[in-house]
Amino acid sequence: MEFAEHGAEAPKRLGIGEYLVRHLREYGLLFALITIMVFFQIVTNGTLLKPVNVTNLLLQNSYIIIMALGMLIVIVSGNIDLSVGSVMGFVGALAAVMIVEWEQSIAVTVVTCLVAGGLIGAAQGYWIAYWKIPSFIVTLAGMLVFRGLSLWLLEGQSLGPFPREFQMIANGFVPDIFPSGLSQGVADLLGARRVNMLSLSTGLVAAGLITWMGMKSRAQNRAYGMDLEPLAFFYARIGITSLALIFIFYKLSTFRGLPNVLLTMGVLAIIYAFFTERTVMGRRIYALGGNEKAAKLSGIKTERLTFLAFANMGVLAAVAGMVFAARLNSATPKAGFALELDVIAAVFIGGASMSGGVGKIVGAVVGAFLMGVLNNGMSIMGIGIDYQQVIKGLVLLAAVIFDVYNKSKQA
Amino acid sequence: MTALLEMRSITKEFPGVKALDTVNLAVKQGEIHALVGENGAGKSTLMKVLSGVYPAGTYDGEIHYDGALAEFANIAESEARGIIIIHQELALVPLLSIAENLFLGNERAIGGIIDWRQTNQRTESLLRKVGLSEPPSTMVDKLGVGKQQLVEIAKALSKEVRLLILDEPTAALSESDSQALLDLMLELKTRGVTQIIISHKLNEVRRVADTVTVIRDGTTVSTMDAETDEITEDRIVRDMVGRDMADRYPERDRRAGGMLMEVRNWNVWHPLHTERQVINDISLTVRAGEVVGIAGLMGAGRTELAMSIFGRSYGRNISGSIEMRGRAVDVSSVSKAIDAGLAYVTEDRKSLGLILEESIQRNITLANLKDVSRNAILNEAKETRVAQDYRKALNIRSPGVFQKVMNLSGGNQQKVVLSKWLFAHPEVLILDEPTRGIDVGAKFEIYGIINDLSAQDKGVVMISSEMPELLGMCDRIYVMNEGTFVGELTAQEASQERIMSLIVTE
Repeated sequence: MEFAEHGAEAPKRLGIGEYLVRHLREYGLLFALITIMVFFQIVTNGTLLKPVNVTNLLLQNSYIIIMALGMLIVIVSGNIDLSVGSVMGFVGALAAVMIVEWEQSIAVTVVTCLVAGGLIGAAQGYWIAYWKIPSFIVTLAGMLVFRGLSLWLLEGQSLGPFPREFQMIANGFVPDIFPSGLSQGVADLLGARRVNMLSLSTGLVAAGLITWMGMKSRAQNRAYGMDLEPLAFFYARIGITSLALIFIFYKLSTFRGLPNVLLTMGVLAIIYAFFTERTVMGRRIYALGGNEKAAKLSGIKTERLTFLAFANMGVLAAVAGMVFAARLNSATPKAGFALELDVIAAVFIGGASMSGGVGKIVGAVVGAFLMGVLNNGMSIMGIGIDYQQVIKGLVLLAAVIFDVYNKSKQA
Repeated sequence: MTALLEMRSITKEFPGVKALDTVNLAVKQGEIHALVGENGAGKSTLMKVLSGVYPAGTYDGEIHYDGALAEFANIAESEARGIIIIHQELALVPLLSIAENLFLGNERAIGGIIDWRQTNQRTESLLRKVGLSEPPSTMVDKLGVGKQQLVEIAKALSKEVRLLILDEPTAALSESDSQALLDLMLELKTRGVTQIIISHKLNEVRRVADTVTVIRDGTTVSTMDAETDEITEDRIVRDMVGRDMADRYPERDRRAGGMLMEVRNWNVWHPLHTERQVINDISLTVRAGEVVGIAGLMGAGRTELAMSIFGRSYGRNISGSIEMRGRAVDVSSVSKAIDAGLAYVTEDRKSLGLILEESIQRNITLANLKDVSRNAILNEAKETRVAQDYRKALNIRSPGVFQKVMNLSGGNQQKVVLSKWLFAHPEVLILDEPTRGIDVGAKFEIYGIINDLSAQDKGVVMISSEMPELLGMCDRIYVMNEGTFVGELTAQEASQERIMSLIVTE
C-alpha cells in the first residue's frame, strides 16, 4: 500500500442507484448498443451476427471509425471539420489517378496520399489556428473545394480497378500464423467448420487485456479515493465487454479471420485512446477545448495544438480515403459524400460536447458502431433509405438531448 | 417602524445538505439591511427562497411580506410585488442599448410596436434618478461595470421596486464607483426604497446599513441594530467566522533579500487602438522574500502591466527589459515566462484561470505537466499525489481531487488556481486581486499562503483594489495611475490617505 498515506480520504462507497445516475452516459451508450444489437439479431432472424455479416459490419464502418478518431480530437479542441468526406474522396481519387493512370507503385502512392492528406489538414488548420477563422467556415469551404477537386481529378468518371495488392488494404485478411492442424482441432472441438486461430486468440488476448486494465484502474481508483464502481457493475461491465469481444472475434474466425482493416483500425484506436488519455499533449487538447484563454495563460501553445489537430485529421481522412477506394475497388467523384455527418454524429453520440473539452475515443468508436449497426440492421430488414435517415437523425438528437438533460440534472 | 419583510424559521434542504436551518430575517420598512456571512453560508439560498426561485412548498417556514403571508411560485410573482434582486453577475444584454435593456421584457409598446419616444423619455428620467447622464441609445457594452450596475438599478426602479436586493454590488467596482453606488443606496432610502445588501466589504456595510444580520452555516447568528448596538467590523468578523480573528493580516517576518526581478522601462500599447499607450515607462523591482503591492483605481493599467509582463498576454509593441537575479530573460511567450520563473494568478479566475469542466487535479497540474510526466506520458498516480498534497496544504474544501472545479466555492476555486501556480515553482508570483469575491476565512488563508511564499524567499507582486489589504500585507507599494507609477511607498510610509492623494494629485 504505497499510496496509503496519500489516500487520506476513504474511498466513497456509492449506492448502485447513485452510481448509475452519475455514470448514466457511459452505461447508457453501452446499453443502447447491446439493446440495438439484440433487437436486430432477433428481427433479422440471426442474420446480423452471422460471421459474414459481422465481417461486413466492420469493413463497412472502418473508414468512419478511422475518421471519428481524428474528429474526436478536433471536436474536443473546440472545433469541427466538415471537410473530411470531401478530403477522403479527394485522396481516394488521387490514389486512383496515381496507380491507374500514372502507374505509380503502391508504396509511393500510399505515402503521397498520406502526405497530401496531412497538407490539406494543415492548410485548413493554418487559417483556423493562426488567423482565428471559425473552423465551421474554413472546413465548409474545404468541403466544397475538395469535392470540386476530386471531380476535376477524375474528370467526372469512376476510376479503377486497383491492383490486388491495393485492394488488400480494405478487403484482405491477416494470414493465420497458427498451424492448420491446431485450427482444425479447435474447429472440431467447437463444432465449427473452420476456425482462424489468430482471430480467436486475438479476441482472447483483447478480453484478457481489458479485464487486466479494468482491475488495475479499479485498484488505483480505490487507492485515490475516487468514486468506486459497485462491484457487481464492475464485473458485469468487464464480463459483458470481454464476452462480446470474444464472441465477435470468434464469429470472424469462423469466416475468413482477421480483416486487415480491423487490425489498422484497432491499432489506431488504441494509439489514439492512449494519446488522448495518457499523454501531455492529449491533456492539453482537453484544456484547450475546455477554456482556451486559461489554457493559453497556463503556457499551452494553443494555436499549434489546433493546427496539429487539423493536420492529424487530414492524415486520417487520407487513410480512410484509401480504405474506401480499395474497398469499392474504384474511386468515384461521389465517394465520401455527406460522410462527414456520419463521422460527426458518431462523435456526438459517443458523448463529446459541442463546446469542446469533453469526449472520449472509446465513446466515439462505440458511437460509430451504434450508427453502423443501425445502418446494417435496417438494411437487412429492407427498411428504405428514407426511413433510415429519419431514424438515424432521431437517434443523434436523442443522444444529445440525453446528454444535456443529464448535465442539467447534475448541476 | 414596521417590518416590510419577515422570514420566519426558513429551512431549506437539498439532497444530503441542509442549506438553511430555521433562519429568521426581519427587514424594516425603509431601512438598508445588510446580510453578511462567509461564502456558502446560505445568503444566496435565502434570497432565492425569498424571490421564488425556490417556490413556496419546497422550503419550510413562512414569509410575511407587506403584512400578509407570501407564497411566491416563481420570480415573476415576487417581482410583481416589488421584490427585485440585482445579481452579482449582471444580467444586461451587452449589444443592446440602455433603453432597450431597461425595458427588456417590459417594453413600452402599442400593439406590439415599440413606442421609442416614450421608451427614451422614461429611460432618461430613470437614468437621472441613478445619476447617469448617458444618452438612452448608448450600447451597454460601452459602459464600465460601475455604470452597468447603475443601469441595473434603474431597471429595478422602472418596475416600481419596494424591496431592492443587491448581491455583492461593489465586488467588481472601483473605489470611486463603489462610493457612488453606496451614495445612491442612501439616496434611494430617503425615497422609501427598502434595501437588502449582501456584501463582503465590511466598511461598506458599516457605512450604509441600519441593521446587520450575520448568517453562518445556514443559521442566523446575530442581528445588530445601528441605533442600539455598536456595529464594529471586528464584531461582524467574529460572528461570521465563529471565532476571534485577532489579526486579519497574519504576521510575518518582514524581509527583503537579494534582487529577484527587475523590470525596466516597460512600455505597452493597446492591442486594438494602436495609438494608445497603456503602460508608460514603468520600472519595478522585487526582492527575495518581498511582498510588493500595486495600488491604483480600476482602469489604471495594473492588470495590463501584469499580463504584458507574463508572456505578452496583453498589448502590442511591448518594449523594456526584464532581469531575473541579474540575468536578462526572454518572456515573449507564456511558456518562456513560466520557464523564467514567473507566475500570474489572474483576477478573473473563471474565464482566465480555470478549466471549469475539469477536475481539481487536472487544473492544478496544467501549468507544469512536465513534472508529472516522463517522455511526455503522464504519470497519473504521481499527478494525484501532487494534487492531494496541494489540496491538503491549501485546505481546499472538497470530497477529493476529482471533483470538477465548477462545483467549488469562489474561495476554493481561488486556492486551486493558486495551487496550479505554486506547483509551477515560480520565483516571482504576480497575484491579481487574489481575494476578490471570497470570504473572510478564505482570505485569511490566502494571506497565510503569501506569507509562506515570502518565507521561502519567493517574490510576490500583489495587485489589489482593497487598500487595507495592501497596507496589511505589503512591504512596499507602488501607486499606479493612468498607465504609470506615480509613487512608491514603504510599509511605514503608506496609508490610505497618502495613496489616494498620490493618485489624485498626479
